[in-house]
Amino acid sequence: MASVWEFANPRKFMAVSDRALPWLFTLAGAALAIGLVWGFFFTPDDFRQGSTVKIIYLHVPSAMMAINAWIMMLLASLIWIVRRHHVSALAAKAAAPIGVTFTVIALATGAIWGQPMWGTWWAWDPRLTSFLILFLFYLGYMALWQAIEDPDTAADLTSVLCLVGSVFAVISRYALIFWNQGLHQGATLSLDKEENIADVFYFPLLVCIAGFVLLFIALVFYRTRTEIRARRLYAIGLKERMV
Amino acid sequence: MELKVADLTVARGGVPVLEGVGFTLRGGEALILRGPNGSGKTTLLRTLAGLQPPLEGSVSMPAEAVAYAGHADGIKPTLTVAENLRFWAAIYGTHGIADALAAFDLAALQTRPAQNLSAGQKRRLGLARLAVTGRPLWMLDEPTVSLDTASVSRFGAALKAHLAGGGAALIATHIDLGIAAQVLDVTPFRARPRAGTGAFDEAFA
Amino acid sequence: MLALFTRDLRLAIRAGGGFGLALAFFLIVTALVPFGVGPDTGVLTRIAPGILWVGALLACLLSLDRIFALDYEDGSLDLLATAPIPLEAVVATKAAAHWVTTGLPLTLAAPLLGVLLNLAPGGYLWLTISLAAGTPALSIIGTFGAALTVGLKRGGLLLSLLVLPLYVPTLIFGAELTRRGAEGQAVETPLALIAGITLGAAALLPFAAAAALRVNLR
Repeated sequence: MASVWEFANPRKFMAVSDRALPWLFTLAGAALAIGLVWGFFFTPDDFRQGSTVKIIYLHVPSAMMAINAWIMMLLASLIWIVRRHHVSALAAKAAAPIGVTFTVIALATGAIWGQPMWGTWWAWDPRLTSFLILFLFYLGYMALWQAIEDPDTAADLTSVLCLVGSVFAVISRYALIFWNQGLHQGATLSLDKEENIADVFYFPLLVCIAGFVLLFIALVFYRTRTEIRARRLYAIGLKERMV
Repeated sequence: MELKVADLTVARGGVPVLEGVGFTLRGGEALILRGPNGSGKTTLLRTLAGLQPPLEGSVSMPAEAVAYAGHADGIKPTLTVAENLRFWAAIYGTHGIADALAAFDLAALQTRPAQNLSAGQKRRLGLARLAVTGRPLWMLDEPTVSLDTASVSRFGAALKAHLAGGGAALIATHIDLGIAAQVLDVTPFRARPRAGTGAFDEAFA
Repeated sequence: MLALFTRDLRLAIRAGGGFGLALAFFLIVTALVPFGVGPDTGVLTRIAPGILWVGALLACLLSLDRIFALDYEDGSLDLLATAPIPLEAVVATKAAAHWVTTGLPLTLAAPLLGVLLNLAPGGYLWLTISLAAGTPALSIIGTFGAALTVGLKRGGLLLSLLVLPLYVPTLIFGAELTRRGAEGQAVETPLALIAGITLGAAALLPFAAAAALRVNLR
């Protein structure tokens, strides 16, 4: 039986991702196009928030992916620490700039939504503030990758940072709730059906989320391929210095 | 007290520099490492001292046997000679720095802050640290840098006393220390370029 | 370990001014705030807990890169890594020494600076208690950051970027504890939380920091 760890071999990963990427990008594009057009043009205005509510089709998925990207980096870092697969470390490195972009989109769309709803671009609400802190974590993580020359040392140290950072991110989240109860509306999605938004908004939102997930996977694959190539160049450079 | 190294491959920055290194060192013996600059003597010593993991091969020795001395002496400039030594004695749980001070002719300097020592005197202080560790196996990386002739022979005498007491020493050096020692030239062990960078994965190259 | 602790203290005191720098910085930051926000004592009373905490945190940050950098440069760190005490204990000891030379003086000086900012009378006790409970966490988290960046040439700035987000929970609970104390509200919850952060950091971070050091010495 084929083991999932086979994809940890860079060659195997390159071959598989090469075949998968066109499909992933096509599916992501289609899901995003359908979800966004459906959400923006074929849903009714909210009775309280008017048409501004439609920004959820960008805001909610990007906020979810901002967190999911960090979780993916955490898992990839753990795999690197335990099993020392290079592809895993490089995938974590590749995911960080994508995660930070989603964080910026979530913060920006949140500000644009907050202005008409709360009358302010920014409030020190726990949710907003946690995304600001998440943004800082991403910056620190990427800066550490940048600063270290040796790729294995960089992978080790950023993995440790990601682990410790995750623990502190969770503590910060609870600290912020303690600090300020906040203006933010409750979760848009939850398992409890009573809490959920109406179906008419819900289904296009699901399509948008699927689109964002696919886009994230496609971009991570794409950037991991770049990182693998860069790593190869580094290995070739080392070998030439030796001879 | 026996250091046994078999089929050892050591790497610097993920690239193997020496491979297939093997030797045995018993109590009372000294082994001199020779080889041109950049041939991997320092990397070999750091690996054996436990500062970096070997790529392949095995190293066996008693626990807590090694006292390592690298290029830098680890001397704190604002502490006096005696304070520097006493600190290391406390870390290694040994007592009395008088013998070490005498062996390296530092007794007259013991109240002087280390920042006022000359380069050669600092080096002597760095070597005196070995004597206070009480460890049987000394690993020395170019111990005689900036020592004058008199100091070199004094170091040779200290080394002889250490060997006579059942200790062993592994030394990377180019000068004659005046002791009976085997010589290991590392040049033949130079690692051949491999398919991969060696560390973990063949497929990166 | 005791030897390492006393050595670090001795070095900090002899290093020629390094010892008092954090305190002087704390004083200046605190003294600058009224120039920025105006001399209105009502405003100052209200913001004093937060300003004092932020000031102490920044002062703590100043000396973090010295925790390992000097030992790394002169080779002591290599020697300590091959010494009979585990690297985790080295990290914990150095964090403790950093606290005694930085966090403790800041804690003791903070009430005096509270006078400058017109801190409410009830706040002095809780300001001291919150700093005493919280600054050890700042030292330990900072030691972890210093271990991550020890081999880097321009590690100082990166160290701040890595450590400051980790300081957020400590700052929140510390300032909240002082504020509640000053306003005479219940203080049990933030006190328990800040003590929890300090204890948790002391229990776990030395392992992470030692792992980072081993990677950096390789």
